[in-house]
Amino acid sequence: MEKALEPIVKELQEKFGVSVEEFRGEAQCLVKPEHIVEALTTLRDTHQFELLSAQTAVDYYPQTSPRFHVVYQLTSLAKNLSAQLRVPVNGDQPRVQSAAGVYKSAVWRERELLDMFGIEFEGHPDPRRILMPEGTEGHPLRRDFPLGYEEPQFSFNYKEIDLRKPYAKE
Amino acid sequence: MAQLEEVTIDQYRHLVSERALTGETMLLNMGPQHPSTHGVLRLLLELDGEIVVNCIPDIGYLHTGVEKNMEAKTYQKAEVMTDRLDYMNTMGNNLAYVMAVEKLVDLDVPPRAQALRVILVELQRIASHLVWLGTSGLDLAAMSMFLYCFREREQILDIFELVSGQRMMTTYLRPGGVWRDVPVEFEKAVRDFIKIFPKRIDEYESLLTKNPLFIDRMVDIGYLSKETALSYGVTGPTLRASGVDWDLRKKRPYLGYDQYEFEVPVLHEGDTYARYLVRIEELRQSLRIVEQALNKLPMGPVRSENRKFVPPPRSEIGVSMEALIHHFKLWTEGFPAPDASIYSAVESPRGELGVLIAGDGGPKPRRVHMRTPSFDNLAVVPELVKGHLVADLVAILASIDIVLGDIDR
Repeated sequence: MEKALEPIVKELQEKFGVSVEEFRGEAQCLVKPEHIVEALTTLRDTHQFELLSAQTAVDYYPQTSPRFHVVYQLTSLAKNLSAQLRVPVNGDQPRVQSAAGVYKSAVWRERELLDMFGIEFEGHPDPRRILMPEGTEGHPLRRDFPLGYEEPQFSFNYKEIDLRKPYAKE
Repeated sequence: MAQLEEVTIDQYRHLVSERALTGETMLLNMGPQHPSTHGVLRLLLELDGEIVVNCIPDIGYLHTGVEKNMEAKTYQKAEVMTDRLDYMNTMGNNLAYVMAVEKLVDLDVPPRAQALRVILVELQRIASHLVWLGTSGLDLAAMSMFLYCFREREQILDIFELVSGQRMMTTYLRPGGVWRDVPVEFEKAVRDFIKIFPKRIDEYESLLTKNPLFIDRMVDIGYLSKETALSYGVTGPTLRASGVDWDLRKKRPYLGYDQYEFEVPVLHEGDTYARYLVRIEELRQSLRIVEQALNKLPMGPVRSENRKFVPPPRSEIGVSMEALIHHFKLWTEGFPAPDASIYSAVESPRGELGVLIAGDGGPKPRRVHMRTPSFDNLAVVPELVKGHLVADLVAILASIDIVLGDIDR
């Protein structure tokens, strides 16, 4: 962990009881779901983390509690520091408070997470799918969502497989 | 399969103004097939006459599930997917991905490979900016720019073909180094380009920079303030044109960028014209880096000697049993990575290109997330276009330099 990050992590530990994991010099702070918006606000307002570089999720299926980690990668331009917050979320009905009020970039990122992982964000201003069309079933980036494949067609079974294919026939 | 429903205004009720509901303003689709949207992007515009009241981008037409596909492949094989993300920046995407893998498994890269990476990635930056310059010139009716820019871009793509065998989908950078050493013609090809290109940039500038028609279309159009840019996560030249001095090559040097002399252009105007000037200056600076890296190019191996992650050279396989085993293991099973996650970022032509990889202890990643700069850069467009004419929207969209493959993934 970088020297300048240590007091900031310490403050987060005291205020929000975060636990810290370190790997290859990167600190990953696990925050409880109820504290995330406060923690982000603190980092933005008092420690100059102006940029929410990335917001994404990791699916630890088949583990169910917690199943997901919502990852917030923050960057401070003034101090040239990076910090990572992680919110563990359970598998059934995953819900997190929306960070859209703190960082505007969270609006699209959270729509993507809703679309791809089915994680709902409380208080999100525009909760629609973003990449998949409206009405899609399932959430493609979950580990239990099948990748899908196409059956190879040969001359002897071409028509048989063609009939099963899901594209429009008319 | 999913049933597609008819799109009604109800879906967008919370995004449009009151006047759209009474029919006072008009809703108009721009795209998904429209030359000025630089790909398949649909913009739902709420128009008052010719003035944009609201703009609702609709993305996902180019969604190919790159991240999902990468989870099903070994670390080496997943790399080919990264070329297809931002097809204007294939070397840069390779770089972001292989640097993340190298960080995850703690792999070293020899100095010659690092210098080669710098040369190729900076050439790619020039090629990407040339496409931007050509197409945004086209959008603003400077038709000839397109031809001139693509002429020079072709020269760069020829260099890529020389080193990798492919013009665009190169996959030349590999975890631990590069695919193979560059051929002997490489140096001359790059030197020819370095010699010819500064004059060509002057030509572009003499056509555009002080052209009154061009200035009228760009100055004071699409103002982006520093605070808005940061809040929306905008990075790259778009952010630097709004007065923020932030370039990962300077601030967090990777690949030995600290040993090259170059400047990061920063302007404070925040309008479309500033974004144009920043990118033009970046062309010159990238060329400076290419020249220095080529002059300093050290000799030596181009890939790591760590056989647990990097396949041995062909010549060794015939004489060494160990090498044969490593070759076989790496191409059938792949190499395992620790059960942990890392985030690593590089400066792409469009901004911060970050990669988050979570390993699961096996040879395939649990999750790969590409933090693509165009995604956030596009999210800010609705703020920029409000109150401008539809024709200005085209100029603003061009100045943001989006690539839809980068947005939809």
